[in-house]
Amino acid sequence: MLETITYSLLNGLLYGMLLFMLSSGLTLIFGMMGVLNFAHASFYMLGAYFAYTLGMYTGFWVALFLAPILVGALGAMTERWGLRHVHQHGHVPELLFTFGLAYVIEELVRLFYGTLPMNYRMPEGLDFTLFTVFGTSYPAFRAFILVVAVVMFVGLYLLLKKTRAGLIIQGSLSRPDIVAALGHNVPQVFMWVFAFGTALAALGGVVGGIHFVTEPGMAFMMGPIVFVVVVLGGLGSIPGALIASMIIGILQTFTLSVDFSIAHVGAWFGYAVPPDHLFATLWYLDSTRIAPVLPFLILVLTLIFRPRGIMGKREA
Amino acid sequence: MSQLQKKAGLLTKAVAGVALGLSALTTAQAEDPIRIAYIEPLSGPFANVGEMGLFHFRYTADRINEEHGGIMGRPIEIVPMDNRQSPSESAQLVQRAIDQGIQFVSQGNGSNVAGAIVETVDRHNRRNPDRRALYLNYAAIDPALTNDRCSFWHFRFDAESRIKMAALSDFMMGEEDVKKVYLLNQDYSHGHVVAAEAKRMLAEKRPDVEIVGEVLHPIGQVRDFSPYISRIRQSGADSVITGNWGNDLTLLIREANSAGLDVNFYTYYGGGLGVPAAVGDRGIGTLFQITEWHSNLPVEQGWADNEEWLVGYKERHPETDWYYQRVYNMFMMLKAAIEADQSTDPLDVAMNLRGMEWESPTGTVYIREDDHQVHQDMYISVMAEQDGDQVKHDTENSGVGFRTVAKVDWQDTVLPTSCNMRMPR
Repeated sequence: MLETITYSLLNGLLYGMLLFMLSSGLTLIFGMMGVLNFAHASFYMLGAYFAYTLGMYTGFWVALFLAPILVGALGAMTERWGLRHVHQHGHVPELLFTFGLAYVIEELVRLFYGTLPMNYRMPEGLDFTLFTVFGTSYPAFRAFILVVAVVMFVGLYLLLKKTRAGLIIQGSLSRPDIVAALGHNVPQVFMWVFAFGTALAALGGVVGGIHFVTEPGMAFMMGPIVFVVVVLGGLGSIPGALIASMIIGILQTFTLSVDFSIAHVGAWFGYAVPPDHLFATLWYLDSTRIAPVLPFLILVLTLIFRPRGIMGKREA
Repeated sequence: MSQLQKKAGLLTKAVAGVALGLSALTTAQAEDPIRIAYIEPLSGPFANVGEMGLFHFRYTADRINEEHGGIMGRPIEIVPMDNRQSPSESAQLVQRAIDQGIQFVSQGNGSNVAGAIVETVDRHNRRNPDRRALYLNYAAIDPALTNDRCSFWHFRFDAESRIKMAALSDFMMGEEDVKKVYLLNQDYSHGHVVAAEAKRMLAEKRPDVEIVGEVLHPIGQVRDFSPYISRIRQSGADSVITGNWGNDLTLLIREANSAGLDVNFYTYYGGGLGVPAAVGDRGIGTLFQITEWHSNLPVEQGWADNEEWLVGYKERHPETDWYYQRVYNMFMMLKAAIEADQSTDPLDVAMNLRGMEWESPTGTVYIREDDHQVHQDMYISVMAEQDGDQVKHDTENSGVGFRTVAKVDWQDTVLPTSCNMRMPR
C-alpha cells in the first residue's frame, strides 16, 4: 500500500506539473482575453518540434530558452495579425479562428516533419537515475521537469504580483475598460499576454516532448485536458492552475494504480448488485476504466457546482 | 414526366452510351491497367499508417510493372481511396470502386473496417454475379474474418491474431525465465482477442506460468503509463504480452525503461508504425515482436534479392522502411493467380488463389482452402543495436534494428478453423 501511494504521488506530481506548464499560459489568455484558445496545445507541440530542431544545432540547453522565445514570437504574430482582426466580431469567431488554427498547425507540422515521431532525446547530462524507491528508479530528467515547473510557477507569481507589468495584466484581467481609460494600450497588453502564454506552453513542450512522444498527434492528445485545468483552477489564477493540475494529475494516477469499484464500497455494507442488473456495468466498473474520463467528469461537476473554479474571481 | 426529367434522362443515356463506347475501346487495348483500390485512412490521426501502406503498394506495383511487365503485360495501377478509418465510409468506397470497374480492393488497418468490407463485397457479389470484386486483406488480423465471418471473396495475407499468439507462446514455452506474465492491451476487439488467446494458450502450453495481472486501457488516450508500470512491477511479472501499437506501445516501453522495470515485452507491432523511432535504444534486448519478416531477416538468411528490394524501397522513401513484406507476396500471388488462367475475373482468381502454394524469395507461402488464410514462416525477433553485421539495417532511422531469435515453420502455424465457406453459385 505504501508502495502504491509513493508511486502515485511521485508520478501524479510529475504529470500534474506537466499539465500546469501547459495550462498556466492558457489560464492567462482565457482569463484575460476571454479567448478559448483551442490552438494552445498546438503551441505546446511547436515548442517540442522547435526545441528538437534547434537542439541539433545548439544543444538542448540553448534550445530550452530559444524555442519558447520563437514560439512566443509566433504567438505574438498570431494575435497581432489574426486574433485582433477577428476580435471585433466577438468571441465565437475567435473560438472558430483558434479551432481552425489548431488544424492548420498540425498539418504544417506533418508537412515539414512528416508523420513519424521525432527522435527527440533528453540531454546526456540528465540521463541518469536520481534515486530508487521500492525498486523503481526515478530518472533525473523527471526531477528536472519538476524544477522547471517550480521555477516557472515562482517566476510567474512574482511577475504578476510584484511588478508593474503584472499589475496592468491583473487589471486588464478584471476590468480592461478601466485599464484602457487609464491610458494603457490594452490591445498591446493582450498581444504580450498571448505571446507570453504561448511561450509558456512551448516551454512545457520542450520538456514534455521528451517525456512523451514528439509527433503530430501530441497537440490533440493534450488539447482537451488543459481546459479542465483552467476551469477547475479558476480563470486567470496561476495558483489555481497549479492546484488544479496537481489534483487532476494525482487523482488520475491514483485511480489507475488501485483496483477499485463501487462494488468495493457495497461490499463493506454487505450489499451487491446482481451481475445481470441494469446498473451492474456501472456498479462493477473498474476504476482503471473510469480514470480517462475522470478529468472531464470533474469539468462538468465544476461548471455546475462551482463555476468560478477553485481560486477564480469570475465565473467561467 | 416533366420536361426537365426527360432532358436529364436523355443526358444520362447519352453519357452512359459514351462511357460504354469508351470502356469497349479501352478493354480492347492490352495496355489497360489492372486496378487495385487501396482503401485506407489518408487523412486524420492514422494518416501516417495509411500513407506508409500506400508507399508499399506503389513501390511494389511500379517494380512489378518495370521488371515483370505488370500482370499479363498489363500494368498494375493503385487507386488510393481515403476511408478516414470509418467502416461505413469504407463500405461506400468499395461500392464506388466497383462502380468504376475495379475488381480488386485492398485494406488492412482495423478489423472493424475489414468486417464492413467483407460484408459489402460478399453482398455485392451475391447480387451482381456478372461484375464481382475480390477483397485482399494485408493486415486486419481478427480471427473472426477467417472463422465465423469468413467469406469466399476475402483473402488474408497476414497471419491472424491466434497464429501470432500461438507462435509467441511456443517461443515463451521454451524460455525458462518466463514465470509470471502480465497482459496489457487496448480496450477493443483486437486487444480482447490477444488477452483471451494469451490466457488460453499459456494455460495449455505452460500450466506452471502464472498470469499475474490483466488490464485493458482505452485506446489512444493514455498519456501517462507510469501507473500501469507500477502495477506491473507490483505484480512481480517478468514478461508482458501486449497487442498494443503506435503511441500506446511507444509510451508504455519508454515509461518501463525510465522506471527501470526489468521485464520482456512480447509484442505484435514493436517493429513498425513509429515505435522504433520513438523507443530507440530503450527497447534493446527487451522488446520482442512476432512478424512474418523484419529487415535483417534477408541478411541473416542470405536472401540477396529480398535485401535489394528493401534497400530500393529505402532509397525511394528514406523517411520510412519496407515493413509489409506480405504486400509483395500478395501482389506476386495475385499475379500468379491471374496469369494461370489469363483471366482477371474475381471468381477465376479466387479459385486459383485457394490452395496456392507459392515459393516467395522468403520461403513458402500457402493459402488454405478452408478459410483463405495465408500461412507462412513466422519469426520472433528482438530489438538490437545496429552493428553493421547481422543487425545491418536499422528501423525508422533509429539506430536500432531487429535480430531473429526464433523461427516457426509455416506447417506449425496451421490452426483449426470454424469457417463454413459458402461457395459461389
